[in-house]
Amino acid sequence: MRLPEGWVTAAALALLPAVALWAWAADEPFTITLATRAAILALAAVGLNVALGIGGLVSLGHAVFFGIGGYAMGILAFHAQTYAPLEIGPLTIAGTRSMPLIWLVATAASALVAWLIGLLSLRTSGIYFIMITLAFGQMAFYFAISWTAYGGEDGLSIYVRNGFPGLNTLVPIQFFALCCAVLLLAVALQWRLRASGFGLALDAARQAPARVEAAGLSPRRLKLAAFVLSGALTGLAGALFADLNRFVSPSMFSWQLSGELIVLIVLGGTGRLAGPVIGAALFVALEHWLGGLTEFWLVWLGAILLGIVLFARGGVVGLLTGRAGPHV
Amino acid sequence: MTPILLIEQVLNGLQFGVMLFLMAAGLTLIFGVMGLINLAHGSLYMIGAFAAAAVAGATGSFALGLAAALAAAAAAGALVEVAVIRRLYRAAHLDQVLATFALILIFSEGTRWAFGSFPLFLDIPAALSGPVTLPGGIEYPRYRLALIGAGLAVAVGLWWLTTRTRLGLRIRAGAEDREMVAALGVDIRTLYTVVFALGAALAGLAGALVGAIQSVQVGMGEPVLILAFVVIVIGGIGSIRGAFVGALLVGLTDTLGGLLLPDLLALFMENGAATQAGSALASMSVYLLMAAVLIWRPAGLFGRPA
Amino acid sequence: MTRFLCATALAALAATAAAADTKVGMITTLSGGGAGLGIDVRDGFMLAIERSGRDDVEVVIRDDQRKPDVAVQLADEMIQSERVDVLTGIIFSNLAMAVIPSATAQGKFYLSPNAGPSAMAGRGCHENYFNVAWQNDNLHEAAGAYANEAGYANSFILAPNYPAGQDALTGYKRFFEGGIADEVYTQLGQTDYAAEIAQIRASGADSVFFFLPGGMGISFLKQYADSGVDIPVVGPAFSFDQGILQAVGEAALGVVNTSQWNKDLDVPGNAEFVEAFEAAYGRLPSLYASQGYDTANLLLSALDAADVSDADAFREALRAADFQSVRGDFAFGPNHHPVQTIYAREVVQEGDVFTNRLIGPALEDHSDAYAAECGM
Repeated sequence: MRLPEGWVTAAALALLPAVALWAWAADEPFTITLATRAAILALAAVGLNVALGIGGLVSLGHAVFFGIGGYAMGILAFHAQTYAPLEIGPLTIAGTRSMPLIWLVATAASALVAWLIGLLSLRTSGIYFIMITLAFGQMAFYFAISWTAYGGEDGLSIYVRNGFPGLNTLVPIQFFALCCAVLLLAVALQWRLRASGFGLALDAARQAPARVEAAGLSPRRLKLAAFVLSGALTGLAGALFADLNRFVSPSMFSWQLSGELIVLIVLGGTGRLAGPVIGAALFVALEHWLGGLTEFWLVWLGAILLGIVLFARGGVVGLLTGRAGPHV
Repeated sequence: MTPILLIEQVLNGLQFGVMLFLMAAGLTLIFGVMGLINLAHGSLYMIGAFAAAAVAGATGSFALGLAAALAAAAAAGALVEVAVIRRLYRAAHLDQVLATFALILIFSEGTRWAFGSFPLFLDIPAALSGPVTLPGGIEYPRYRLALIGAGLAVAVGLWWLTTRTRLGLRIRAGAEDREMVAALGVDIRTLYTVVFALGAALAGLAGALVGAIQSVQVGMGEPVLILAFVVIVIGGIGSIRGAFVGALLVGLTDTLGGLLLPDLLALFMENGAATQAGSALASMSVYLLMAAVLIWRPAGLFGRPA
Repeated sequence: MTRFLCATALAALAATAAAADTKVGMITTLSGGGAGLGIDVRDGFMLAIERSGRDDVEVVIRDDQRKPDVAVQLADEMIQSERVDVLTGIIFSNLAMAVIPSATAQGKFYLSPNAGPSAMAGRGCHENYFNVAWQNDNLHEAAGAYANEAGYANSFILAPNYPAGQDALTGYKRFFEGGIADEVYTQLGQTDYAAEIAQIRASGADSVFFFLPGGMGISFLKQYADSGVDIPVVGPAFSFDQGILQAVGEAALGVVNTSQWNKDLDVPGNAEFVEAFEAAYGRLPSLYASQGYDTANLLLSALDAADVSDADAFREALRAADFQSVRGDFAFGPNHHPVQTIYAREVVQEGDVFTNRLIGPALEDHSDAYAAECGM
């Protein structure tokens, strides 16, 4: 098939709302929940795609930011739920149940940690970069497990979903609309980014770092900026994911989750605008459908992934447009 | 803390380290020669343990179990290399990570399908069971001493193989310049399959040896795999010497960290809290070590800068 | 293989019962590490349904992969899409904490066949949440009581560094009257215990208490037996259940562990259960299988007395616990957690199968430490 990529992107972005609207009309609330899950995972993958697809940074530790976003929501809502203010040194912060505030904290905290991790990790490259990000992920995972103040391995349950002004977030279709709107904004941001001077310089920093340097720009600083933005977006997705489940736990930090985020991107098509969205939708559909068919569904998921890597390097978008994506 | 306890823990750290070396040696060899990141190396470790448990269970012989572990892991390695890995040598790191991640899923759930969901049993051979008394009155399990010995023997064997044999010469040459070696008439495809099977066999051996004192179950390979990656990154990817030093460092840090950190923290804080904080810090210590090494030397201790 | 055939047949049977009046959603761990526990609970549960001969109970079984977020998603599916009346099946405490509060808040009943986190026995208790297994601390408390009886005066205690591990050590210390030689937290999922065993050897303790569920316990026991340290060990049944004993082998022989059930427990219905389970699945039932079996029988007894659509009457019927438990006397305390006798048992070998033999009660008619905090 040789469809223009613009069409594929538009169709992919329309897919999730269409499914959700159909489910709403047919009174199938669980399908809306699935679509919401796909939208949130897609948002996390859009975040990773900024680092991986455009910046060429293969991070096997993006679960760190997903988890930080989740715990930002968990901790703030926990303190609001128990009416016990959060005390950090001289600072006293009352918890909150307001999503915009939680999102602000989640993105800021993820961005800060991404800046720190990026600063240290970007001293390395290639496989060393993959491994050092994995190491930071493991550190965060073990820290969260041992952090008994917020439930350790058991995690934290939040009884009611947090609120957003003007919406009833407990109604599945309304929460979906909110998540989907955030996703569309993130995709738009990614689109603008690629066309901007920063995006072009970043693309060049991936392909020919020496030339970028010759042009007076620092490839490392460009990559660091991309990594921070990437972490912040993934953190925001983490906060939404926690609100979808009304629960956070250390499994949000697990290295398998970092691996799955990469899977989403490659499934859809690396570096493509719509890649993460298609990948996430496909992953959630496979998980639901194969998981219902057989206890050993992971074998089939593995086989499908292998097939894509070996025979369809451009992922789904590559198949549809007939062109392999940019090489990372 | 008594000196005897400390010595015993150092031995434990060494034993853990040499077992990590068996895993890490294969990983680093495969990366060094073929430039491949193999996340599925932990699955080969698991295959070794399952093969050993199945054969030892059926025949009652630990030695046959070990032989089966080597054979099964090497065969699985060769099969995977020919069917899948061979197509990935020129691919991006990203594709390698993804394809071998897919292999983990297939191997883990496939093993569960074949052997069921309950752990298997593999016992220490009778000749090596029980403790021995070392000089200084330290009682130490005989089997763990044997593991240290086996690990060191493999290390020496690998050194000999890579520096003193024709195969080793080809491996080193293949890592340097693939086209040149092929032009000299070496069958590079076979060489790669052999190297991959060798790495797989080492992982299978580690799985079988460790399986006798641990639980043989699906998913046993992943924690070890991640530590083995930490080892080769600390040592410098592609360097067998680095893998050896890195393995011992990681083994000792992990073992002694768990012992010393709670006591160390107890100097500053209340006892129960120190125990918990100490264990938490100890579980992160290996990764802290790795981050520190990479920040100090971005290509690892013995790696060549990119 | 027969196991799978039976399970598939049962599932098919359940699925075709279109006219089912009651729909039960079972979320349990069927893949990855820990799958053995979920399979046992499922098989025990389905055995009871099958033996009852009822065709008006439909059971929807899904695999949570031991991932909290998957479990939450499945719970949403069960409630929103399958529209089940009763939920059950979760094995691990962290998954239970993720699923149960919101399920009960939506008016569903939850019957726990395994996990019993302290938060849901005390302040977080709920009128629609019934625990048919134990509160998490129970077996550890019984181990402490047994240690007193055995005359131990100084224990070395260890558990993984996570909430259930901390609860375990707290539970043991709540009943143990002797001293604590040392208290060690290991890493979750740790497989090598050489360092801890060396500490045990050096500690001068006269007994060791450990809580290391699943593969962790297998590794610990094998290494402990080989180390030459001969200090006696006690632990909860989780490291000695039928599923993993074969993998521990001789290393576990003679170890005393605490459990609310054993296959040779001489109470009405137990021998039949063991026999029927072996006939259906070709293996001995474990503790988890007995819990699944009891859970289903509790549910069936309540369905006999009341319709699930009448929540108040159904809740009363559950609270009455009018069923024949394979562990003997069984009643619910005020927080809907069991009041039951917990036994000490010993690992023995029968032919080439390793199993447990009953020694005697460790704690009789035992409730839990959190019931007073429950404001229900």
